[in-house]
Amino acid sequence: MSSKVERIILAGFGGQGVLFLGKVIAETGMHAGKNVSWIPSYGPEMRGGTANCSVILSENEIASPMVTVPDTVIAMNRPSVTKFNQKIKAGGMLMYNSSLIERQEFRDDIRLVEIPANEIAEELGNPKVANLVMAGAYSKFSKLITFDDLVACLPGLVKGAKKEMLDINLAAFKKGFDYVEEKKYMFGRYVYSVFKGI
Amino acid sequence: MTMKKVFSRPASLSKTPFHYCPGCDHGVIHRLVAEAIDELEVGDRTIGVAPVGCSVFAYDYFNFDFNQAAHGRAPAVATGIKRTRPDSIVFTYQGDGDLAAIGTAEIIHAANRGEKITVIFVNNAIYGMTGGQMAPTTLIGMKTQTSPYGRDASTAGNPIKMSEMIATLESPVYVTRVTINSVANLMKAKKAIYNAFKLQKEGKGFSFVEVVAICPTNWGKKPADSHKWLTENMLPVFPLGTFKDTLGVEKSA
Amino acid sequence: MAKVLMKGNEAIGEAAVLAGCRYYFGYPITPQSELPAYLAKRLPEVDGVFVQAESEVAAINMVYGSGSAGARVMTSSSSPGISLKQEGISYIAGAEVPCLIVNVMRGGPGLGNIAPAQSDYWQSTRGGGHGDYRTIVLAPNSVQEMADMTITGFDLSDRFRNPVLLLSDGVLGQMMEPVNLPEPHDYNINSKKWALGYRGSDKNERNLCSSIFLDNDELEEHNWHLYQKYQVITDLFSKGEYKDFAVEEHLCDDAEIILVGYGIISRILKTVVEKCRKRGIKAGLVRPKVLWPFPTAVFERLAKTASQFLVVEMSCGQMVEDVKLSVDGKKPVFFFGRTGGTVPSDFEILNEVDKLVRPD
Repeated sequence: MSSKVERIILAGFGGQGVLFLGKVIAETGMHAGKNVSWIPSYGPEMRGGTANCSVILSENEIASPMVTVPDTVIAMNRPSVTKFNQKIKAGGMLMYNSSLIERQEFRDDIRLVEIPANEIAEELGNPKVANLVMAGAYSKFSKLITFDDLVACLPGLVKGAKKEMLDINLAAFKKGFDYVEEKKYMFGRYVYSVFKGI
Repeated sequence: MTMKKVFSRPASLSKTPFHYCPGCDHGVIHRLVAEAIDELEVGDRTIGVAPVGCSVFAYDYFNFDFNQAAHGRAPAVATGIKRTRPDSIVFTYQGDGDLAAIGTAEIIHAANRGEKITVIFVNNAIYGMTGGQMAPTTLIGMKTQTSPYGRDASTAGNPIKMSEMIATLESPVYVTRVTINSVANLMKAKKAIYNAFKLQKEGKGFSFVEVVAICPTNWGKKPADSHKWLTENMLPVFPLGTFKDTLGVEKSA
Repeated sequence: MAKVLMKGNEAIGEAAVLAGCRYYFGYPITPQSELPAYLAKRLPEVDGVFVQAESEVAAINMVYGSGSAGARVMTSSSSPGISLKQEGISYIAGAEVPCLIVNVMRGGPGLGNIAPAQSDYWQSTRGGGHGDYRTIVLAPNSVQEMADMTITGFDLSDRFRNPVLLLSDGVLGQMMEPVNLPEPHDYNINSKKWALGYRGSDKNERNLCSSIFLDNDELEEHNWHLYQKYQVITDLFSKGEYKDFAVEEHLCDDAEIILVGYGIISRILKTVVEKCRKRGIKAGLVRPKVLWPFPTAVFERLAKTASQFLVVEMSCGQMVEDVKLSVDGKKPVFFFGRTGGTVPSDFEILNEVDKLVRPD
């Protein structure tokens, strides 16, 4: 992942909060002094089907805000993997919600990061924060935003939210971040071979 | 002994001679509007909206500010003006083609929103300016350029009754139908137009006055015969009367 | 003021409020519905008026009424809705009423789809409705410019008593980017002496807002009056105070191939130019920010130094005609377009450039 720019596609079912997840990352990037852009899919699929958005974080001015070849795809459901898996840049990352997506034979030239986002969210008592678990996990990998940036940005994003809700959101960030740290997801890029037990 | 002036041009009416055909009712209806504006002393803050149709030049005959709207759109234009200058008295003056055909959506929705405007609707059952085509209010069997065999309900529908339709809406405060075929009816029409503007002056809501009128030129009749024809043929279809008077303006006057 | 992350549609709404606009009339249509939704909430906070009209036809005529009464007023829609507004825009142009019209373009013709497109270029720059008239057409390429050009649009429309069209697309309307919001402007509704309901002590005759001139000579005189106004506007953008505003040039001085695009396409072309330069291809970018009056002078100049032009649009080729007219046959002008809602990628454009500069 280049330190100058991070191109991300975030995808899932409508209702999984992927547009908001993208907004959280973009807003955090902006507050961290980076250039950012966020583009949603807004087609008929937003009504009940799948949703996705493209986010760019960059140290330089963003020329094209379109993400054709993402550095990272954050997939919350199975169809999102099918749709975007082949588009990921070689050496890029697929971070997926392993609560809903079974481990399988993915590409062997990308880093795979599995996060059981729904299970973690349910442990926290609110399945709706699965998206924020992913945000915390992503901050572990990002060169442009940190976990602290996320935490600092959150109150502005959920204006008027009750204290308990704010706390559970922060806990979701933390759990996602910690999950990556504990699992030591820093193992190499070519995880495919790891999965195959080689 | 000094002479006392008992009849003169209303201050709101300009000196421009009417271009209307001989016997046309528009001139008289214009005068009734001007008298109401004068009596309510709102001439300095009245804004009119002229339609497309014979009264497209209505703005020439009044002394206050005017907008000339696209065909049927006068109630939308009046909405824009009234919302922008709520202390103005805003009215539209529209014919049957303008209001009841191409502008049906605009009139219904302005009425339904309860825009605080006044609408003067002149219904003479024919398109005058374009030379006598069928209007939505043309009577069954009536011959026009575009209903040369007489209006046939099976293909062209029936005369549309705008006052009755608008009276079904919650928002309008005053909906009435008048005519000027006799002195008595003329006085009632004058009162109705006055009431409509009075309600607006008081900030009450949407007021609508339909005036059943003649078109001697396109009906192919003499003016006197036209009023007789109106009485015998139009009034049974478009009965006079007040369909809605939420605030009882007629009783209070 | 700190930067705010906003959608393009919302940035237009907030900028309009800051420009002193207090009147909005519109009708919902994707992909611009965030704009009326934003103003439905925002305008009542500043004692403004939001009306959801019964149709785009009614909405533009409410704008005509409100603008004729002296307001800073706007409407917005997307392509099919803008087609419906053309009647009103023609009347507004004829009656010389200022207003801002936003088009967040989607795919056509007909119902088309709701994905981004640039296929309303001809409709926007050629008039769109009936009669001999022009609308000033501004083409932002970022959320920041959506805000900035909204304010410029109101200023230009008041100055010339002419409708201004902000021509955007589904991507710009939907995307979020950080925006620096400008300082609020004061606007006095009684600043226009020609407006209906103007009550200044210097008013000595009644005001009339009309586009009808039944007498041939009067209408001809009016049309030449409008034409002269359009000439003044053209001069303002080609050599006057808006000269630098009208067009953005990027690495054109030594460029052999000039890429041309407006709106979101110009952002992609900038990436393409960077990639070209890395590969040793001398590419430059011309980005018209104003589509009418079209910045012809820059093309006349670059036709002397560059060897070819490639126009890229999300249409089957509309602006390319203006580029050809400006280049006037002096150099070849090529076209690459995608339609139907597909935004061309930098890779496929780069491929087109390769074909032109390295023909094998």
